[in-house]
Amino acid sequence: MKQNLIALLCGIIFGIGLSLSQMINPNKVLNFLDVTGNWDPSLIFVMMGALAVAFVSFKWILKRPSPIIAESFHVSRKSSIDKPLILGAAIFGIGWGMSGYCPGPAVSGLGLLSLESVIIVVAIYLGFFACNRFFEQK
Amino acid sequence: MENFTPLSATAGGALIGISVTLLLLFNGRIGGISGIMSGVYLATKNDRIWRLIFIVGLVLGAFIFQLLKPNFNIPRQNYPLLLLGLGGFLVGFGTRMGSGCTSGHGICGIAILSIRSLIATLTFMATGMITVYIIRHSLELIA
Repeated sequence: MKQNLIALLCGIIFGIGLSLSQMINPNKVLNFLDVTGNWDPSLIFVMMGALAVAFVSFKWILKRPSPIIAESFHVSRKSSIDKPLILGAAIFGIGWGMSGYCPGPAVSGLGLLSLESVIIVVAIYLGFFACNRFFEQK
Repeated sequence: MENFTPLSATAGGALIGISVTLLLLFNGRIGGISGIMSGVYLATKNDRIWRLIFIVGLVLGAFIFQLLKPNFNIPRQNYPLLLLGLGGFLVGFGTRMGSGCTSGHGICGIAILSIRSLIATLTFMATGMITVYIIRHSLELIA
């Protein structure tokens, strides 16, 4: 119950952060990716703002034996630079550049009640399903 | 660069940083949105609920902000459906295959100095930039 309340709170803060930083606006994201055009570096500042907080806090949090209301930390310590990582990231980037959406803004865009965000969220889930099918059959 | 908004971008980014901090501190979870989204159906039963609730929060946060400041983010309209649909599909496929997106690799992964996440982030930024160059300046599919 408590963990669900934290999840709700964190989701709300994340959604407000995406709105305030305008990352919820796919054209602003495309303007970041458009380095040879009318470049808008804002996305770098969003990442730096988030990293300034998370860099310090994560280091401190992960020194604890466990989280405050859960049994253990679920943090991937995988370090291999393998083909799925590179290929997956490359494919994600192509989709990001085509649509202007990464998963966070796509979902929170539903809060703007726009048709576009419904389409993008459905498309992302189809991509998830397809990837799972593809790797199951191999 | 007339649309450059460094202050609101940094402040919004800091809020995202606070969100992933609280999620890790209290629940021990990484705030990577693609993982949270796919976990809604992939995770074990007990692990699904909080993800769904987080997603509801994500939508709610944007909804509340929009109520307070309706002209701050105006939804895009009439974007080519093929770019949107195929783009979204590749976002889903790629983030599953590469185990993360902008938040999971770009923020949480880099925050714990994961080289894996740094490489993933540089990769999706590079292919994103090349893709935008092609669709805006070579093929001129969008303005």
